[in-house]
Amino acid sequence: MEFFRIRRDIPFMRKALVFNVISFVTFLLAVFFLTTRGLHLSVEFTGGTLMEISYSEAADLQGVRKALTDSGFSEPQVQNFGTARDVLIRLPLVKDVDSAKVSQQVIATLSAGDGPKPELRRVEYVGPQIGKELAEDGALALMFVICGIMAYLAMRFEWRYAVSAIIANLHDVVIILGFFAAFQWEFSLPVLAAVLAVLGYSVNESVVVFDRVREVFRNARKRTLTVPEVMDNAITSTISRTIITHGSTQMMVLSMLLFGGEALHYFAVALTIGICFGIYSSVLVACPLAMWLGVKREQLIKPPKRKEEAVV
Amino acid sequence: MNRYPIWKNALVIVALILGLIYTLPNFFGEAPAVQVSTARTGVQIDAALMTQVESTLKDAAIAHTGLTLDTTGVRVRLADTDTQLKTRDVLEKALNPDPVDGKYVVALNLLSKSPDWLRSFGALPMYLGLDLRGGVHFLLQVDMQGATIKRLDSMASDLRTQLREMNIRHGGISREGSTIVLRFRDAAGRDAARSAAEKALPEMVWTQGQSGADYLYTGRMSELAETDLRESAIKQNILTLQKRVNELGVAEPIIQQQGADRIVVQLPGVQDVAKAKDLIGRTATLEVRLVDQEAMTSGNMEGLEVYPENSRSGGVSNVPVKKQVILTGERFETAQASFDDSNRPAVAVKLDATGGRIMRTVTRENLKKLMVILLFEKGRGEAISVATIQGEFGDRFQITGQFSPQETNTLAILIRSGALAAPMEIIEERVIGPSLGAENIEKGFDSTLWGFVAIAVFMIFYYAVFGFISTTALAANLLFLIALLSLLQATLTLPGIAAIALTLGMAIDANVLINERIREELRNGVTPQAAISAGYERAWATILDSNITTLIAGIALLVFGSGPVRGFAVVHCLGILTSMFSAVVVSRAIVNMVYGRARKLEKVSIGTVWKPGANL
Repeated sequence: MEFFRIRRDIPFMRKALVFNVISFVTFLLAVFFLTTRGLHLSVEFTGGTLMEISYSEAADLQGVRKALTDSGFSEPQVQNFGTARDVLIRLPLVKDVDSAKVSQQVIATLSAGDGPKPELRRVEYVGPQIGKELAEDGALALMFVICGIMAYLAMRFEWRYAVSAIIANLHDVVIILGFFAAFQWEFSLPVLAAVLAVLGYSVNESVVVFDRVREVFRNARKRTLTVPEVMDNAITSTISRTIITHGSTQMMVLSMLLFGGEALHYFAVALTIGICFGIYSSVLVACPLAMWLGVKREQLIKPPKRKEEAVV
Repeated sequence: MNRYPIWKNALVIVALILGLIYTLPNFFGEAPAVQVSTARTGVQIDAALMTQVESTLKDAAIAHTGLTLDTTGVRVRLADTDTQLKTRDVLEKALNPDPVDGKYVVALNLLSKSPDWLRSFGALPMYLGLDLRGGVHFLLQVDMQGATIKRLDSMASDLRTQLREMNIRHGGISREGSTIVLRFRDAAGRDAARSAAEKALPEMVWTQGQSGADYLYTGRMSELAETDLRESAIKQNILTLQKRVNELGVAEPIIQQQGADRIVVQLPGVQDVAKAKDLIGRTATLEVRLVDQEAMTSGNMEGLEVYPENSRSGGVSNVPVKKQVILTGERFETAQASFDDSNRPAVAVKLDATGGRIMRTVTRENLKKLMVILLFEKGRGEAISVATIQGEFGDRFQITGQFSPQETNTLAILIRSGALAAPMEIIEERVIGPSLGAENIEKGFDSTLWGFVAIAVFMIFYYAVFGFISTTALAANLLFLIALLSLLQATLTLPGIAAIALTLGMAIDANVLINERIREELRNGVTPQAAISAGYERAWATILDSNITTLIAGIALLVFGSGPVRGFAVVHCLGILTSMFSAVVVSRAIVNMVYGRARKLEKVSIGTVWKPGANL
């Protein structure tokens, strides 16, 4: 079986401008959503209390909300989680209140009324100082990844490739974040992990293509090819692998999306977006960028050393 | 001809066998067990305890499936959870005759059912995190500033007493921020105080100064003293927490320092959060009072406050005490097990200056009378020491008696636990119910399983025999990864399981790269043997590059991540390493086995190799 029966190199580079415009527009949209709506950060980052409780029958959300407001909890967010019987409660940090006791008080409040008794499934309380540290650590991790990958690529290839690969993949990261902002999906620590993992993974993709580019440049039989043709040739010959690999990874992620339940939901969503845009960006953004940064055959091939000739 | 040298084949086989051995324990499941460990320092875990446990079980006619003794405790394996609960109750009653003050912690636990020969390899099942087995996690922040200020306050008051005793006049001693400031009217006064201050508080660094008409002498804690204070505050808080957690009867509690001023408490399997929290946040208090000796001799204790004392002979005697509280826990600075002048074990206590002053007056007036130290916990008081006042003393004194060194140690801890060294605050709390834990395992397992099946089906469909080999290599990767996690006893969490799934999904990339390369070579008309060899060789550079970039991201997560992110990162990084080995070395070994020996290989089964021009 063979999905990809490509007779001639596909002229991707002829459409390079179009791809870059598409990228740029998506990128701007993502930035727009990020600035106007912002990320819906989870309790881990903002601090506060998150509780998951379950009832033996469908939960009365209004009742829960009312019971909490009546006992003096400010701004409780109450929503269903997974099934109708499971309830997720979010409570913001309140100054001068011993937040560490909040979860106990909530359970006491909800168990007090007649009606079904809740079962506590999960509590997460994060104090204000932790949230700030996590955000800082996240930013540091991102910086580390960017610098690390740039340095490696610059060493392995050439700075033009490193820059274009990083730009292409950061654009993925921004787009994932843009999705999370646009739909107000909850951005939690596992999602952050997914974003960074995707960053590493799609740089992968650029590496595979650039590896090919280098190989084609060095291939004596393909000397006559112009730079765009080299890019086309490299992309075309790796496209089958690109799609199959990403397809396989996506199968795994899809399985997580289907069977992983709520806990892994947004993790898998972030990976899905990352994988889809990863294919696109690493091939159709990184290559044109590298081209416009002016990569040439000579940069990758060490000039043969001239033998010193001397006449005595 | 594609053949591996013998050592390489052997390497693959050894790796697979080791992988299998260390993965196996995960399949045996866990048996209910009861674990007996010590509740205090000084209580020995030895063969005698094991015999006691054994005979208790025999008397109660409880059949167990195994009894083991190690440094941490005695473990009894049982057939089912009903017997487990019964056994716990029986053992609790037998080992801790006094329910209020138990010597042992009798806790429910789960032990791996893997056979002995596996355990002798050190092969254990993976260590599950709290989100998979349920439990409570707290992160506590120790208020170091509070501890420092408390210490400085007591230093300042010490100094005040010292200067008064030496008749040195001063214009005031106060704590300002993290310094102690002494004021003097003239330089002469300051110079006189100088040697006294340096002698009394050697841990301070002093500087002279002047403010208006006042001569100042300012001291701040030396760096060494500050580190000392920090370390001892953390250490003492951890000790106190350990003692309290013991009361909960948790089988494998984790109480560790994290960073400079934080303590992590993890209690797997604990469901009663309220109780756990209450216990952790509780402050025990200490009081020093005089014993009502009239009531003690007459035996008539009506209308008096009476507290129990656990005597060393094992009995409990009642101690009637007077109403007046001489000192409370705040006045105690340290308590340490030591030896007195005649080399008998003793507890050396140091009070702060105010405490010392009070103590001096009280001891002067009550020579040869009985003094008692009371420890209040959970609102229940206990007399931890009843001793005769042998002479007048101040801020330093010793408690002696017929102590063994272990007993003085325990007493010192008890006194110290009277007050946490520094206040603590819960800054992070996570509770996971047991049903949620089990569900998380199931969901993680299902995702991995079905994702794997989907990839396997596709690979075999698309690449035929080579697809099958790739799938086998992927399975080997999973085996290595689980073996490594079991071997390292790294904590497996739900994000960790997600990382296993994701890493498998990414690892197949290497095999796709190889297979595509081989097809390409075949398309270019190369012979099958050469195609295999070239395919592996050329794909290797790309595989290495791409894995290194992924590894960079993984390491960043490992370094900067905490909690769930770190759990993800550990598995992700390990998975990248194992995948390089399995995808390249293991799969090549199998390919060599299948195709490598054929002298004239006409065709390999790698799915359709389509050539442009051929009409298919």
